[in-house]
Amino acid sequence: MCLAIPGQIISLGETAGSCLSGKVRFGAIIKEVNLFCTPEAVPGDYVIVHAGLAIAVLDQEEAVAVLDTFAEMASS
Amino acid sequence: MRFVDEFRNGAEVQRRLADIQQLTHRPCTLMEVCGGQTHALLRYGIDRLLPNNIELIHGPGCPVCVTAIESIDKALALAALPGIIFCSFGDMLRVPGSSGDLLTLKATGADIRMVYSPLDAVKLAALHPDREVIFFAVGFETTAPAVALAAVQAQEQKLTNFFLLVAHVRVPPAIEALLKADYNRVEAFLAAGHVCTIMGHGEYETLVQRYRVPVVVTGFEPLDLLNGIYRCVRQLHEGRHELENEYRRSVRPEGNAVARRLLEAVFVTVERDWRGLGRLPESGLGLSPAFQSLDAENRFEIRVARVGDGGVCLSGKVLTGQIKPPDCPAFAARCTPEHPLGATMVSTEGACAAYYHYQGGQVNRCQ
Repeated sequence: MCLAIPGQIISLGETAGSCLSGKVRFGAIIKEVNLFCTPEAVPGDYVIVHAGLAIAVLDQEEAVAVLDTFAEMASS
Repeated sequence: MRFVDEFRNGAEVQRRLADIQQLTHRPCTLMEVCGGQTHALLRYGIDRLLPNNIELIHGPGCPVCVTAIESIDKALALAALPGIIFCSFGDMLRVPGSSGDLLTLKATGADIRMVYSPLDAVKLAALHPDREVIFFAVGFETTAPAVALAAVQAQEQKLTNFFLLVAHVRVPPAIEALLKADYNRVEAFLAAGHVCTIMGHGEYETLVQRYRVPVVVTGFEPLDLLNGIYRCVRQLHEGRHELENEYRRSVRPEGNAVARRLLEAVFVTVERDWRGLGRLPESGLGLSPAFQSLDAENRFEIRVARVGDGGVCLSGKVLTGQIKPPDCPAFAARCTPEHPLGATMVSTEGACAAYYHYQGGQVNRCQ
């Protein structure tokens, strides 16, 4: 149930109270997502979305870094 | 999809498996806490590709599975009331209560709707001012912020017809209960990446120090899981116990500040019953005084008897890692995904359903 998937913000919607929304692309699917918990997110960012709510802005540098980590660990 | 496909690269998976093989010189027993991780481990066959001396115990991190029968009975009682629109995540609809499940109740005419987000239930309440809408709020710290936001939206919109049946649970008390149990064999934990995305990893550092146990915050893709396993095994071989974060692209040490503030405003920690673990102090979230008016249990009068785990279903023992699904006599015989006896066979993240789907329901009992 804690499934959450990364998608890219393509546009921001209007803000009204706790309804801070944006359109987010997941592969071929575009969905309206609530961005209240990631107010720093801007179009182009990837957000991790669970149950209609973005719970984190994906740190792209860390994503690339972890892919290299294992090789470093194995050779250390 | 970007940031998904890279973490499923087959060649990288093989290379990392070889690294783990080379590293492992003694038996290691690890627990992946989250049901989403259990599902991924079985789906990609990682459990079978690992060296034989690494055992993965599947933890109690599937909210559908750990929700006590009593909560399901409350949901059934509320959903049966006239005029109610009862909303739930799809996973909960087929979980058997003391008598029947929500899907069967829906077939008899109850207005039970599957929603993707608690925010959709708020929209339903706004759309149907003449009806009362109840959302069945289950899930761990990952899911609770979306429910908290739904509660805030309902208050902002001054809705008087939106209610919550809250059965939220928190991960750290469950891990602590397992560590204290006399049957515990777990030497290191893969902590749930999305729970930590919300909460950060402070609570887990406390567990690491108190119980001298390695904890690695881990994501959900094959390479994430192998990274987490590698780091756990390396700590065990080096005699260390530390908190490591493998899932840095999502998890910051302090978690998500906005989400945590939402949780603090809407919820308070409460005692909660768990399937398999019993009643644990401070292991649940209940509505705070400011949001009591949304509590469906206050608004509607329902009576539900307290029931224990009991019966032929051994899901409590599966959830605590005491047995593997094929060790249950009912597994793939009387209990199948079409006719589940318990929650671990219903939820796609339940260990029993994962074994059934990805190991073909083969009975391969431990000797």
